[in-house]
Amino acid sequence: MAIADTQSVTATSQTVIGAREAAKRPKKRIKWEPIIDHTVLIFGSLLMLFPVVLTFMTSSYDKLAFSKTGLQFGWSDKFLENYNRAMFEPGGFTGTIDGMTMLTNSMILGLGFAIGKIIISMLAAYAIVYFRFRFATFSFWVVFTTLLLPLEVRILPSYEVVQSFGLANTYTGLIVPLIASATGTFFFRQFFRSVPEEMVEAARMDGAGPVKFFIDILVPISKTMIAAIFIIMFVFGWNQYLWPTLITTEEGMFTLVRGIKQIIQAFTDSNVVPEFTVGLALTIITMLPPVIIVVIFQSWFVKGLVESDK
Amino acid sequence: MAIVTLNGLKKIYPNGFQAVHDANLTIHDGEFIVLVGPSGCGKSTLLRMVAGLEAISEGELSIGDRIVNDVEPAERDIAMVFQNYALYPHMSVYNNMAYGLKNRKMDKATIKQAVDKAAKMLNLEEYLQRRPSQLSGGQRQRVAMGRAIVREPSLFLFDEPLSNLDAKLRNQMRIEIRRLQRSLGTTSIYVTHDQVEAMTMADRIVVLNNGDIEQIGTPDDIYNKPASTFVASFMGAPPMNMLPGTVSGNGTLELDGLGAVSTMKGVNHIGAVSVGVRPEKIKLSNGSNQASDTSLSFAHDFTEELGAARLVHGRWGMRLSSLICLKTCVCPTAIYTSRSSRRCCTYSTLKPACG
Repeated sequence: MAIADTQSVTATSQTVIGAREAAKRPKKRIKWEPIIDHTVLIFGSLLMLFPVVLTFMTSSYDKLAFSKTGLQFGWSDKFLENYNRAMFEPGGFTGTIDGMTMLTNSMILGLGFAIGKIIISMLAAYAIVYFRFRFATFSFWVVFTTLLLPLEVRILPSYEVVQSFGLANTYTGLIVPLIASATGTFFFRQFFRSVPEEMVEAARMDGAGPVKFFIDILVPISKTMIAAIFIIMFVFGWNQYLWPTLITTEEGMFTLVRGIKQIIQAFTDSNVVPEFTVGLALTIITMLPPVIIVVIFQSWFVKGLVESDK
Repeated sequence: MAIVTLNGLKKIYPNGFQAVHDANLTIHDGEFIVLVGPSGCGKSTLLRMVAGLEAISEGELSIGDRIVNDVEPAERDIAMVFQNYALYPHMSVYNNMAYGLKNRKMDKATIKQAVDKAAKMLNLEEYLQRRPSQLSGGQRQRVAMGRAIVREPSLFLFDEPLSNLDAKLRNQMRIEIRRLQRSLGTTSIYVTHDQVEAMTMADRIVVLNNGDIEQIGTPDDIYNKPASTFVASFMGAPPMNMLPGTVSGNGTLELDGLGAVSTMKGVNHIGAVSVGVRPEKIKLSNGSNQASDTSLSFAHDFTEELGAARLVHGRWGMRLSSLICLKTCVCPTAIYTSRSSRRCCTYSTLKPACG
């Protein structure tokens, strides 16, 4: 869900840029091209936004209204109550976990994964690009081939290893196996290779050793790149479902993405009317952090992928 | 402020390619040396070996009284200005200049003093808080210079520092660099492929070709007494005319297809030679007081107007077909053996063929 939403945010921003460009052109006759472009973009945005809006609206209704007539168009008075319950009412199988705990867990997973990945992949790329050691190219390609082996492919051995280290139901066990993949290393390698050679040489002349060069020069000029990778990785970590499901069995360790399902299941299993509207409120809460991150870092994101400040 | 000695420096790459063969050069204290040559001649490699950015394969390099073959670039007491400036894009002009001093653990007040002094010298005072991206090409170049001079090194290295600037700015910066170097009195090595820069800036020019030093000399020496056909044709615009000829036993120089030109003294080679003639040494002969054997007819082809001078293109020895025929006399600048392309005349005795 969150992924679909981030895409719609980018799409609308393109609409804005397109409109600004169109305004600059002299208005002599109707240009159909931008009109068609915008129609397609607006239609696409609506298509993606519609389910989100529907979820948001329905989350303000009473559970009975949902059970009677399904998803709702409109606005009702249960909004605050539903969100309050989603966040703070203990639920789940054991009745101990509330939305806040899951939000915290998700945050730890998202941030830990994104930051850990950036640190490790930057260091790996730094070693590969700037140091001449035996089998440097070979080791890069070894790292690179792990792209072919995402966590889902090696999930059983990974579980076996993490479990045997006693890391099940810990944040370490949740985060570390996800970090081990080559995407970040690859991005940073390409970026570092585009940094002019003279920069290193100038730094050497200025008496900066390898560590100083990395911290004083390479990290600051990679800022936009770091921001771009941070967004991608945070959203990726946030949306993890399979691995958290496998490695966390205690409800106190649940993340939002997997918690929603668990909570709704608990609701439906009981004999009372299922609390779907509270579930939908939790869904909206789950979508928010990635959206906020993308909105805040969007300009950096585009900058990091398109241009570089060298 | 140091004497720099290159003693048999060689650069051999792992793939066996030898970029620099046996470079020997002593640079005097405060001297401005320009390394010039076509691309791929090894001039940059030589400079980078002095800088410590390339390992020295063989030979000995000393700066001051230290042998620095295995000394880190930062410890060689040198500073370098790069072609693309290599400024740190995320730092202000001030920090760009101060970075090297900070790494040397100088205290803040001293750093500020040094940077301010350099900024004043380079007219950068009002730009100190700006980022490199907010500066023009010439200003960036000055920041790069500033970064070099704040450290007060004993040797400056310039790696084609002006080639990214437009022609007008280049002329201006050329003078600025030279003036700065003279006022600081710092020994400098400057690499360029531009012979005008080389001629105008250097105390001594080192002409390189294919990894060999062809000639070391003052601009005057290089221009007027080029040691080989390579130096002769590389330096000077328009280039020197090279004419094939023969020197016979009695010292008569005969240009192929043009006949005997003159009796030459001071040519210590008999046989096939190349005769180098600077364009400005070709004079119109008025035919009355000149010895007739030195005059050649010159068929005019076209003229380039430069304002202060004109470049006349044409051919010697074609009399009939051309529209305008001029009588010219030839004054060889230098004579080279055909086989080795080395000079085979002594300048003091090389008698001009015409006055």
